[in-house]
Amino acid sequence: MTVKIKGENLILSGDLTENFFVSDAIQSLKNGKRLVIQNGGISEWNQESVVTLYSGLSQLPTSTDLQIKNLPEGMSHLLELALKTSPKDEKTISSKEDFFERLGRRGIAISRSIKSGFKFLVKMITSWERQIRGKAIYRKKDFLMSLEDCGPKAVMIVSLISFMIGLILAFVGALQLKNFGAQIYVASLVTIGMTRIMGAVMTGVIMAGRTGASYAATIGTMQVNEELDALQTMGISRIDFLGLPRMNALLMSMPILVLISDFVGILGGCFVCVFLWEIPLSEYIRYCTMAFSLQNFLVGVFHGFVFGLVITLCGCYFGITCGRNADSVGKATTNAVVYSIVWMIVMTGIITLICEGLGI
Amino acid sequence: MTSPIIKAQNLSIGYDNHIIMDRLCFEIKRGDIFIIMGGSGCGKSTLLRTMIGLLPALNGHVLVNGIDVVTATENKKKHLVTQCGILYQSGALFSSMSLFENVALPLEQYTSYSERKIREIVRFKLALVGLAGFEDFYPSEISGGMRKRAGLARALALDPEIVFFDEPSAGLDPVSSKHLDDLILEINKILGMTIVVVTHELSSLFNIGRNCIFLDSSVKTISARGNPNDLLKNPPNERVLAFLTRGMSNEKRS
Repeated sequence: MTVKIKGENLILSGDLTENFFVSDAIQSLKNGKRLVIQNGGISEWNQESVVTLYSGLSQLPTSTDLQIKNLPEGMSHLLELALKTSPKDEKTISSKEDFFERLGRRGIAISRSIKSGFKFLVKMITSWERQIRGKAIYRKKDFLMSLEDCGPKAVMIVSLISFMIGLILAFVGALQLKNFGAQIYVASLVTIGMTRIMGAVMTGVIMAGRTGASYAATIGTMQVNEELDALQTMGISRIDFLGLPRMNALLMSMPILVLISDFVGILGGCFVCVFLWEIPLSEYIRYCTMAFSLQNFLVGVFHGFVFGLVITLCGCYFGITCGRNADSVGKATTNAVVYSIVWMIVMTGIITLICEGLGI
Repeated sequence: MTSPIIKAQNLSIGYDNHIIMDRLCFEIKRGDIFIIMGGSGCGKSTLLRTMIGLLPALNGHVLVNGIDVVTATENKKKHLVTQCGILYQSGALFSSMSLFENVALPLEQYTSYSERKIREIVRFKLALVGLAGFEDFYPSEISGGMRKRAGLARALALDPEIVFFDEPSAGLDPVSSKHLDDLILEINKILGMTIVVVTHELSSLFNIGRNCIFLDSSVKTISARGNPNDLLKNPPNERVLAFLTRGMSNEKRS
């Protein structure tokens, strides 16, 4: 295989299926206005040879007069077809932006998303107000289906995780309390821990992953299928139709799920105390009853209610603002879960501060 | 002469200040079958979405039945909803609802008909599009062509004055596409509705189109208007000829 340059001619010969380079030869011609590619006796060629040749030729300025002579028929056709379309200008690479430009761009994007999140919250509140006035449009069937999904169908997973949390709390607590011979106080630890915050937080995390993600994915897919456009052009508010049944269902089921979580968590603690640390069941129950406070329990249930609100808002917001491709649905689902958990933690902090201020 | 049902005045369309089409002026007569045509990515669907109020216009006005979509209040927009039916590219049926529920939804929202009356209307609309007996089917249980026809039944539910079609032939085989074209012609003839179709399907636009505009991405505005068959005979420019002949005119010349 040889590649020769003679004046303005590029002559190819021999077996082109072997590796060969035309870039150097073409480089020497770069300022020439004309290039003729000639067959000097090509014995073998394949598509890879055309790719190599094309890569070399695409380095030439677009003004170069290019001619192909006597190349094998298939080869010249392929080359002509590829050369027919002039390449588009390469996209501007955004990574060339300096640090401050990127920082500014990111800042603008964050402020926009905060603004749009706030707008969504306001829309959700007005939608709720419409519901109170009986003017919101949504189907009872959707509400009942959502209620079934985030109510009875979620009980098993909430119970399982809460049982494990109660079990872990009791086990870890007892390990420390054993040093002081105070294992019996594990009952108090589990009761206060579960009713005040752990039951609500665990239920919130499970529901964010289970229901919040499902809200974002369902509504996001509806966006991809133009179903949200159809609703809008029918004059039906997307937030009323899709958000309200989901929000009502979750707000109704969350306090009940928190209650179940509290109870099952205490049961998990009981399991460890009775079977591992050999504390009599009656003693465990007695200490649990002593540690139980209605105030703590109601704070926990209130947490659950607020978490329900946060999960619905994040799920519906990321679903409705989802893009129009499969990738966007994935991103919307991830964002719904991540933001739900982040905002649940923020809200826990706020509620704790308020409770502290009120002395609860 | 009757006043036009849709009128676009110096309309500019696009996204986030990026203009796709500029200075669009056209009128659509009552009872017409009007085609919006052009190459892929020229802004046909964007124009449709602007006309139905899904996208804000960057400039200019669109008057639908005398109401300016660009500046209309929510109440006026709601009034417009009952006058326009839209068939989306994918059908856009609500996947969690049966065909009956899909078609019944606008009737439940905008009429005070009894449940029985709604059932009768839905059955009739589905029969009109050749889907009698499919009331209890879900969108996932029927074919793409049937989904489009069900979408059309939903679009016709409120007996609108204008029906918009976004790429009705997209994703359909030639026979189903022909059936849908015939259905459009029949709806126009029997019900007298104004039909606005966004398409680049040549067979469709020659078959059903009475008037059209050609959105030309190279000049970012309308570069031809009239009857598609007349435009084919007397093309105003090379790009229109190339579009209407699938680029064959260029090949013949070379």
